[in-house]
Amino acid sequence: MTLLLSAWTIGLILSLLALGVYISYRVFKFADITADGSITFGAAVAAAMLTRGVHPLAASGAAFVAGTLAGVCTGVLHTRFKINQLLSGILVMTALYSINLHVMGQSNLPLLSVTTLTTYAQDLGRWINGHDSATLLGWPVSARDLGSLLLAAAIVLVIGVIAWLFFNTNLGSAMRASGDNDQMIRALGVSVENMIVLGLAISNGLVAFAGALLAQYQGFADVQMGIGMIVWGLASVIIGRALIGSDSVGAALTGTIMGSVLFRLIIAVALRWGLNPNDLKLVTAIFVFGALVLPMAMQKVRRRAAAA
Amino acid sequence: MLQLRELRKTFFAGTPNQVRALRGVSLQIDEGSFVTVIGMNGSGKSTLLNAVAGSFIVDGGAIAIAERDVTRWPEHRRAALIGRVFQNPFSGTAPTMTVSENLALAARRGLGRGLGNLLPARLQNEIRDRVATLNMQLESRMHNPIGTLSGGQRQALTLLMATWRRPEILLLDEHTAALDPKSADQIVRLTETIVSQHRLTTLMVTHSMQQAATLGDRIVMMNQGVVFADYAGAQRKHVRADDLVRRFDEIRRDEQLDAAAAEMLRENYV
Repeated sequence: MTLLLSAWTIGLILSLLALGVYISYRVFKFADITADGSITFGAAVAAAMLTRGVHPLAASGAAFVAGTLAGVCTGVLHTRFKINQLLSGILVMTALYSINLHVMGQSNLPLLSVTTLTTYAQDLGRWINGHDSATLLGWPVSARDLGSLLLAAAIVLVIGVIAWLFFNTNLGSAMRASGDNDQMIRALGVSVENMIVLGLAISNGLVAFAGALLAQYQGFADVQMGIGMIVWGLASVIIGRALIGSDSVGAALTGTIMGSVLFRLIIAVALRWGLNPNDLKLVTAIFVFGALVLPMAMQKVRRRAAAA
Repeated sequence: MLQLRELRKTFFAGTPNQVRALRGVSLQIDEGSFVTVIGMNGSGKSTLLNAVAGSFIVDGGAIAIAERDVTRWPEHRRAALIGRVFQNPFSGTAPTMTVSENLALAARRGLGRGLGNLLPARLQNEIRDRVATLNMQLESRMHNPIGTLSGGQRQALTLLMATWRRPEILLLDEHTAALDPKSADQIVRLTETIVSQHRLTTLMVTHSMQQAATLGDRIVMMNQGVVFADYAGAQRKHVRADDLVRRFDEIRRDEQLDAAAAEMLRENYV
């Protein structure tokens, strides 16, 4: 049960990463590998501030801001200096590695002895349960696990609603249109370049925020924790698209969050069944490859069948 | 209203592929005038339109719209003054967004875009009413992605979008060329209605002599990056499609003659 709860919680936390990837990858068709660096950046900034006694909410907010800065860098490299999308992301991601080491002062920063959002989550769980351990559907659960899950769900719900509202404003719609048809929105007076910078800022802000939450949940920040995260995000976005199959904003956002949780659950089950954790990234990459190629292959088969 | 002075543009300058697309185009278009621009492939007619729209910055010359010098303005800034319909019916609309959303985006052309609701109820009603005037039975499809509509329907909506807020100048870039004859006809009639209704200053590029002869009140003919004929006023009224075709045949013959003469000179004297 603990395993299941933790899979749900991490799935929800990483759904914020997935929402960030949704903005860069689905809205702008921009494979933004900055995410690998900015998730660690968020974790590093939050961890460094937490160990200095900053309030967890302020530390998490600062992580979001740090992420937006990383996104702005990638956006400016791409739009002002005309550097290819992928390369812009790689440059910022690489630079962030050093920056993250500086921010943390060491390659791993434990958070077990400081007050974090998880501390509050534990209090929340205790308050609901009445004591430290309780049962959920007949299974024993700890207050910490229950509280963390509820807190993560609440945060994701709030951010999901804000994202949905944003994408239905004049600004948010112009952003969606920029990714959908840049020629059209330019002819309607919108600077696509500015939209890309703003979009990547929000995207990486969310990714860094996810990093801050993840660090607080797992109790440490590590300079390596971001490796392959963009592929995680992509997997979630792709599963979400398959689950919902609609391009409307609400559906896409819901699908992305569901995709993240489902993907995490699949991973948890696979690990439980004996998947070697070292193979995790390989399996994820193969999965995303399959998800990218399968629709094309299926289309070909269908076309051939239709022609025959 | 629109003033073009000595516009010059060379693409791929300094390479073997160098193209001198505009070689000093000057044109003055009065308020409320509907000008058609015709020319053969590579004559520079679309380049001229793109120069006005700001798809690129010209190498030389000046562009003024409504007394404002926009020569150095980026495309998105000029959009505040310009309504545009493209040749490709897919270019003017955002395919995954709904019909209402597309029109609402156009309703803020050239205005700031903040955190206000894109589709307040009042705007939604206005959009439905104006879409209904197209008589295309699109009112029931306001919430469908615009990408599910036909090319003709999308082009009609693009025209509506380009003119939702009255533009200082309307640019039409062979906007019926990619449509089937029936839809093309429909769009031509819609163009006439909208332009005359709002008395829009219009610059339309076309390769159809027929369209050029029937639409608008002035014809500009282009060849090799320059304007070589300009029919306005009384002169324009007597121009028929055949006359335009004849003018182009003359040019083509002259060019062939030039080439033949050059060939002969080379053989005899070099």
